[in-house]
Amino acid sequence: MTPRVVAVVPAYEEEDAIGAVVAGIREFDPEIDVVVVDDGSGDRTAELAAAAGATVVRLPFNLGIGAAVQTGFRYALEQDYDVAVRLDGDGQHEPGELPKLLEPLERGEADVVTGSRFREAGSYRPPLGRRLGITWFAKLVSLLSRQRVTDTTSGFQALNRPAIALFARDYPSDYPEVEATVLLLKHRLRLTEVQVEMRERETGSSSITFLSSLYYGIKVTLALFVGMARRSAVPTEEAPR
Amino acid sequence: MTPVRISIAAAIGSVLLILIVLELIRGRRLKERYALLWLATGLVLLVLSLWRGGLNTIAGWLGVSGYPPAILFAAAIMFVIAVLLHYSTVLSRLTDDNVLLAQEVALLRARVDALEREEAREPATEPRAG
Repeated sequence: MTPRVVAVVPAYEEEDAIGAVVAGIREFDPEIDVVVVDDGSGDRTAELAAAAGATVVRLPFNLGIGAAVQTGFRYALEQDYDVAVRLDGDGQHEPGELPKLLEPLERGEADVVTGSRFREAGSYRPPLGRRLGITWFAKLVSLLSRQRVTDTTSGFQALNRPAIALFARDYPSDYPEVEATVLLLKHRLRLTEVQVEMRERETGSSSITFLSSLYYGIKVTLALFVGMARRSAVPTEEAPR
Repeated sequence: MTPVRISIAAAIGSVLLILIVLELIRGRRLKERYALLWLATGLVLLVLSLWRGGLNTIAGWLGVSGYPPAILFAAAIMFVIAVLLHYSTVLSRLTDDNVLLAQEVALLRARVDALEREEAREPATEPRAG
C-alpha cells in the first residue's frame, strides 16, 4: 500500500502566493492531501487556499511559525497520515523536489529528511547576514549532533510517523528549525539531508530581518544549549502533551 | 540601631500590604496561590520592622554596620524578585496553554467544516438519533 502523504503548508498573509503553492502540489501529485495552516492572516489566504483545493486550518490569531507548523503536524497525527511533508506558503519550495525527500523515508533510512540548499554548491546565495547565521547554526548543530548538518534553517522537510508524533507534541516556537533539529536527534530519530534547489521568494520578504536575526541568533543559541541540557527523552512515550 | 520612626513606618507599610492582599483574596480578585508569596513578603517585612534587635543582628551578620534598615530594603527587593520570577513562570505556562487552545480550536473548526461540507453534499434523509 502506498503511504498516505499530507503536505503541511504554514501561511501567514500569503494571498499572492498560496493559491499557486497549493495548486503546484496538487498538480505534482493529486494523491497528496494539502493542509494549509493559516496563522491568523488578515487577508484572503485561507479563502484562496481552500479554493485551490487545500484543507484549511485557521488559527484564531497569529501564533508564529513554530506553532503554526506544529498545528499542521497535529492535523497529520489526528488524521493518521503516514508521511507529512512541510512546504512554506511563500512558494520557495518546489513540489518537484518532493520525491528526493520522500525516497529515504520510503526506504526506511530516515525518520526526517530535510531539503538542504547547501549540501552541494547550489544556485541559492542568501545575503551575508543570513548566510553567517545559517553557517553558525549548521556548525553548532553538526557539533552537537556529531553528524554533518548543512542546513538547519530549511523548512522543507518530510517526516514519518514517529517524527510527526514528536513534533505534534513538542515543537519549538519562533525560528524553530534549528531547535527542532536538535530535538530530533535528542529523541534518537534519524535525520538525513538531501540537496534541493529552492526558488527565490515570489512575494513578500523573508520573515527574518537583520536586527531580528541577531536577536534570534542569540535566543536560538541559548535554546540549543538549554535543550541539550534537558533530560534526553526516548521516542513518544514520556511527558504528557 | 534602626530609627524608631523607620520601624513604625515599615510596620504600617507591611500591615497595609497584608490587609490589601487579604481583601483582594476576599473579593476573589486574587487567587490564593498567587497571594501566598505576597503574604509571605508582608509577614517577613512586618517581623523585620518590629523585631528591631533581630534586624540589627542580621545586619551585623551581613556586615551592614552603618544602617540596619538597609536589610529591610534588601528583604523587600528579594521578595519582589521572587514574585516577578514566579509571574514569569505563570506567564510562560499561560502562553503555552493559549497556543494549545488556539491549535485545538483551529483543528476542531476544520473538522466541523469538513463535516458540514459532507452533510451539504449528501443531506441526511433520516433525523439523527440523539
